[in-house]
Amino acid sequence: MSTTPRKPRVTVEDVGDVAVVHFVDKKILDEQNIQMIGDDLFRLVEELGRRKMLLNFSNVEFMSSAALGKLIRLHQRMTQVGGKVILCHIAKDILTVFKLTKLDKMLKIVADEQTGLASF
Amino acid sequence: MNPREFNITLILPNVLTEVRRVQDDIESALQANQFGDTDVFAIKLAVEEALVNAIKHGNQLDPDKKVRVSYSVMAERFRISISDEGPGFNPTELPDPTEEPFQERGCGRGVFLIKSFMTSVEYPGCGNTVVMTKDKSPDEPDDE
Repeated sequence: MSTTPRKPRVTVEDVGDVAVVHFVDKKILDEQNIQMIGDDLFRLVEELGRRKMLLNFSNVEFMSSAALGKLIRLHQRMTQVGGKVILCHIAKDILTVFKLTKLDKMLKIVADEQTGLASF
Repeated sequence: MNPREFNITLILPNVLTEVRRVQDDIESALQANQFGDTDVFAIKLAVEEALVNAIKHGNQLDPDKKVRVSYSVMAERFRISISDEGPGFNPTELPDPTEEPFQERGCGRGVFLIKSFMTSVEYPGCGNTVVMTKDKSPDEPDDE
């Protein structure tokens, strides 16, 4: 097995105590890709102890229902450890997916990064 | 690309990477027929969910099985039929993923999204085929 570290699927910028996360991929589809994104996000919680996470979807053009499951798990884990996840900059069509599935009621979604940073 | 009718039938190997290729071809055909961005998004999402269901749940990721895809892109309408070699399922037995306690689940939203985004969805026979259509939406003014 290769030990070469894989490239992260997210980039993280610290704004105060908030981890602002951008996604590398424009399409969040493949199970393997979603697993890697999940691993990167959970590493922030479990290994780096981050408790405030702002997920910026400005780069994301398309995502499937498989990605929703990972976001739900992240939200549940953050709630368990007393943290908070906020989503922002979600494209209109993707936002429709969140609304249809009523996940916009479970997950906190705001328009932009500034609003998100002010919402923790 | 000039608008024209596309009628394509494919027998796909049972691998998820095939989904991307089909998606790209469908997107090109939809754009050639002036389907708007929101319609293209809806169709791509429904096709993604249906093909992943066929490969993963219907054919259980079995590399010896195939997925049969037949689609038409017309000036005002998209239609696709996707069949796997699994035993089929009854979509009416699936729980509503927007209701408790199923909303907390990490999976089970694909069929719900297909129904939400497409004009019509049918599961003829034993349920290992899905036939869905999407009528082209009227032109929308740009938001920006």
